Parts: sequence; C-alpha cells; structure tokens
Amino acid sequence: MHIVVCAKQIPDPETPPAAFKIDAATNKVIPAAGIAPVLSQFDGIAAEAALRIKEAKGGKVTVISLGAESAQAAIKQVLAMGADEGVLLKDAAFDDGDSYTTARALAAAIKKLGDVDAVFCGRQAADWDMGQVGLLVAEELGWPVAIIAKGVEATDSGLKIQRVLADGFETVEMPLPAVVTVSNEFGDPRYPKLPQIMAAAKKTVTPWAAADLGLDAGSVGKAGARLQLQKLFIPEKSSKVELIAGDTPQEQAAALVAKLVADKTL
Amino acid sequence: MANNILVVGELEGGAPSATTLELLGGAQGLAAGGSVSVSLLGTGATAAAGQAAGAAKAYVSDDAAYDTFRGEQWLAAVQAAVTQSGANVVLIGQSVVGRELGPRLAARLGTAAAMDCVSVADAGGALQFTRPAYGGNALATYTIATSPAVATVRAKSFEPASGGGAGETVALPGAGESRVAVLGSEKAQSTGLQIQDAAVVVSGGRGLGAPEGFQQMEALAAAIGTDKAAVGASRAAVDLGWYPPSQQVGLTGKVVNPDLYIAVAISGASQHMAGCSGSKVIVAINRDKDANIFGFAKYGIVGDWKAVVPALIEELKKLK
Ligand SMILES: Cc1cc2nc3c(=O)[nH]c(=O)nc-3n(C[C@H](O)[C@H](O)[C@H](O)COP(=O)(O)OP(=O)(O)OC[C@H]3O[C@@H](n4cnc5c(N)ncnc54)[C@H](O)[C@@H]3O)c2cc1C
Ligand SMILES: Nc1ncnc2c1ncn2[C@@H]1O[C@H](COP(=O)(O)O)[C@@H](O)[C@H]1O
Repeated sequence: MHIVVCAKQIPDPETPPAAFKIDAATNKVIPAAGIAPVLSQFDGIAAEAALRIKEAKGGKVTVISLGAESAQAAIKQVLAMGADEGVLLKDAAFDDGDSYTTARALAAAIKKLGDVDAVFCGRQAADWDMGQVGLLVAEELGWPVAIIAKGVEATDSGLKIQRVLADGFETVEMPLPAVVTVSNEFGDPRYPKLPQIMAAAKKTVTPWAAADLGLDAGSVGKAGARLQLQKLFIPEKSSKVELIAGDTPQEQAAALVAKLVADKTL
Repeated sequence: MANNILVVGELEGGAPSATTLELLGGAQGLAAGGSVSVSLLGTGATAAAGQAAGAAKAYVSDDAAYDTFRGEQWLAAVQAAVTQSGANVVLIGQSVVGRELGPRLAARLGTAAAMDCVSVADAGGALQFTRPAYGGNALATYTIATSPAVATVRAKSFEPASGGGAGETVALPGAGESRVAVLGSEKAQSTGLQIQDAAVVVSGGRGLGAPEGFQQMEALAAAIGTDKAAVGASRAAVDLGWYPPSQQVGLTGKVVNPDLYIAVAISGASQHMAGCSGSKVIVAINRDKDANIFGFAKYGIVGDWKAVVPALIEELKKLK
C-alpha cells in the first residue's frame, strides 16, 4: 500500500501570544524572532497513522509538502519518522494561494506519483485552521474521504476509520483509493532518534514546480485563488481583570461569589 | 445588495436545530430583498419545514437514509437545492455536517468556502466572512468572488430567526449511493447537560495535577446547580486522559459561550481561548499571576486551586 502524507510547515502555533505580530500592510504574520517554523501538529499525527499501516501491512509512505525551501525541514522530519520518499512542491507561482489552489497542486502531484492508494492529511493546518485541503484533494481526485479520524486501520477491502463526532465516535469503512484527515485524538506521533534524523538528512527530496505537474501558473497561487483575504488582524482584548483580594481562600471565595451575585451572573 | 440565501439545515429531534434557526436569522438580515430558503434532510423534514422560521421555501426529503450524515448523499441533495433555489450564498453550521459539506460543496460548484466564520457582514459590496485563524490569535476577513459563496458558521454567531415557518416545500430526491459505509456509532457518556448548552461551564486544566482534580470540578459544578453548570477541560487535560474528549473546550474541541466560564488551573493558550472567549464573564483561578488567562478574565483569584475551589464550593452552597 502506498500512502501519501500531506505535510505543511507553519509558524509555531505555541508562539507566546505576546510574540504574535501581523504586518497590516501585507496581511501576513511576522515570523517571531528565534522561533523556528514547525511541522503542523496534525500532519505529524497523520504521518504516524500512515507509518503504523506501513508497519502492519507493508508498502511505502511518501510525504509531500507545498511550500518554501524551508519546508524541507518538515519533509525531513516525516522522513526521519520513517517515510520513504519526499516531494517538495515549490514554485513562486504557488505563493499566496488558498485551500483550493493548494489542493489542486497536491492532487496533481498525487496523480503524477501514479500508484497512490491513500492520502493522509491533518484535520486542519494549525496556522489558518481551515480544515479544507484534505476534502478538496478528495474532490479533485474523485476519491471517498473520511475526516477527523481518531483511528485508522487497513482492512482487506479498504480502510476502517473511527471518526470523532460532536458527542461520540463513529466507525466507517471505505474502499481504496481514499483520503483520510487525522485528528489529535489519534495519539502522539513518534519521536525520531538521532540515527534516523541523520539518515533522513541524507535523503533527497524531489522538487516539483507547477510546470512539472502540468499546471498553468494562472490556475495556482494567488492567480487561481477563490478565497480573497481582505484583512488579517489581532482582535482587541476588552477584559481588564479584577483580582479578588483576601487574606484567606475563604475570604477570596466569599468576595468572588458576592460579586457574581451582584452582577446577576449567579 | 440582495442575496438569495440557502441555509443547509440540520434536524434535531425532528425539528430544525438551534444553529439552523440562528443561520436563518442571519440569512434574514443578509437577504436584503433576496430570498431565504432552507434544506432539511431526514425523517420528519417536511413537518420540520413548518418550524423553519425565516425561510420562505424549504427543500426537503424525508428519506430516513439521511438521518445518519454521509457526505456523498447529502452533497447530491444539497447541490440540487442550491441549483433550484438560485442561491448566491450558502450558510452551513460549523458541525460534523458543515466541516465536510462546506469544502466539498464549494468544490463541486466551482467556488470557495470560508470555514468556521464568526460573522458574515454586508459592507456594501461582496459579503465579508470573518473567522478566527492562527489558533485564535488573529481574525481574518475574506470575500469570495465566485458564486455561490459558501460559509460554515459557528453556533451562536447570529440571533435565531423570528416569524413563521416555510410556507412552501419542494421535494428533493432520496439518498443515493455512498462509498463510505457507516458501520456503527458510540455516544460519549455525558451526564445530562451538554457544555454548549450550559449557562455555566467549569473547566479544569493540566494544573489540576491529576484526574481526581476533575471530581472537584464536578463538585463545583454541582454546587452551582446540575441544571445550570457543566464541566469542561483543556486539551492538555484531555490528552492526559483525565477527562473525555467530548468535554474539550477550544479550537479543536467545543466552542462554548456561557454566561459564566470558570477556568481552573488553565493557562489560557490562544487555542483554548478560541473555544471560550465569547463567554459573558470569565473567572480564572491560577497560581501564576502572569498567566495569559488573566488577560481574558473579568475576575481572577491568584492562588492554589486546591485551597480556592473547596472554599468556593462552601460559599456557593450557602446561596442555596
Ligand atoms: C493546533 C492546536 C490546537 C489546539 N487545540 C486546543 C483546544 O481545542 N483546547 C485546548 O485547551 N488546547 C488546545 N491546544 C493546546 C494549547 O496550545 C495548550 O497547550 C493547552 O490549552 C494548555 O492546557 P492547560 O492550560 O490545561 O495547561 P498548561 O498550559 O500547562 O497550564 C496549566 C496552568 O495551571 C496553572 N497551575 C498549575 N498548578 C496550579 C495550582 N495548584 N493551582 C492553580 N493553578 C495551577 C499553571 O500556572 C498554568 O497556568 C491546541 C494546540 C494546538 C497547537
Ligand atoms: N502547503 C501544504 N502542503 C502540504 N499539505 C498541506 C498544505 N496545506 C494543507 N495541507 C494538508 O491539508 C491539511 C488541512 O489543511 P487546511 O485545509 O489548510 O487546514 C493539512 O493538515 C495538511 O495535511
């Protein structure tokens, strides 16, 4: 079974809020000084899900990322976890695209690979939190899709997936080829060990540009985007906290309850 | 500008869900002389159309196969409703249904979806869709040049619609094939009140130190009233296995907007606040006076929860 993992490099979502800044002129996040970009958390989990299937059933795992040269680091991380091959979709024409143009490029790369049985994505990229690309790749390829998986298992006929619902779980089954998006409920991804990191560093990552995928520059990136970002901004925090004084927790608790009652909150 | 709006409704106990009525309320405000219609799928859909306040027309199918959401089956029906209603705007709840249907519907119609919107506004030109991004650190406003514009919208983003139900119903076809088969489902055992519906949410975080801390959270909720208060958790606490995922508050958990949110031993990461910053009053109990949560709280107690929470429970009991 050949599984493709789609992996995105993003600004570290655990950057302290005080270090999170936006350039209003370009509507872009200003990278926080000294904080390196990371592999989007859910994509690491998607890789873990793919690797466990490879270990159980054999086959191979290819990791694809669309991004800048720096995204090599995200690809290498998944290679170090145990993926076999890496592809970087890199082209100035891909810049400033939307979920749709990203999915279009990823789907074209998956078609070019040719023998892919399944695509594993994260439930959402932890920068824009959109949660679309996996579904759009499935639509581009015409494959069935199951989203927000907490369990993925290869069966004789396809994939069996446990999905997270609002008030519980659901088990679904679908034939291959198919797309899955994986959620944090799946569990933590493995940490690669030093020898694996060193071996991954030596692996070559195949670069593909729009032309390699047969994509017209006008159909990808900003030119092909359908979702137009007008403004990215930091919302104002209105709250000014009132710290409840008191010599003992009992006094503090009594003062807090009195305030909540006076406000008619309780 | 006049907009023809289709709301993709969801049924709950045979009636349009609370979010469906909110989306219809939002649609009433945005239609500006255009039409508002709703699609309803599953057992009782035709009868529920009469309760879909704000919609002039309802596209319905009573086929019980729609009762369990399967993307491919719903897509075909909703796509037909979009075409027949001539909608240039489609609103869907940010739910299990919306998360899957939004992007797929947009793909099939050659357009785009804005996901998880907290506001949809008419600023004169194209509609503006605003949604949180970067884990809740930022808000992003989009326009969609292609038609129809598809948006999934968070619960409680609009006031529910008023007025009578849909006067006219149009039949949609029954469910077709689905390559994805649903083998079974399992409900998380939640005792009574859901956190999204509770007037008060008491949430515990990693700072509780052990799963037993949640017994204290439950005792605190009980002291407020089991009919009013429910217990939530941060993702750190859920990932540690201290509390079920169904109770997680935040970006990848539930979004709650209660009258009172009590955050106990939670640091207030943006991804957590993305699920509760709409609460009317936030109370934070944390031993670190510099914790981010105090930037969102109206009232704070700096101290060890192990001392503060039992004292709070005693005080609340006195109110009864
Ligand atoms: C893509 C992504 C999605 C995420 N989604 C979510 C989500 O949906 N929900 C969510 O909650 N998180 C989410 N997170 C995680 C989030 O970034 C934080 O890591 C998490 O919210 C931290 O949980 P916490 O506040 O319980 O723990 P911590 O950050 O460890 O904070 C514990 C707090 O407890 C306090 N404390 C410790 N001991 C005591 C004591 N005895 N008395 C009083 N206070 C004490 C400490 O001062 C500290 O402030 C997400 C992260 C990412 C990257
Ligand atoms: N630039 C990218 N390169 C590779 N995969 C991506 C990229 N953007 C999104 N994805 C995949 O699609 C998932 C959902 O992304 P999104 O729809 O942007 O939230 C991510 O978790 C990735 O698996």
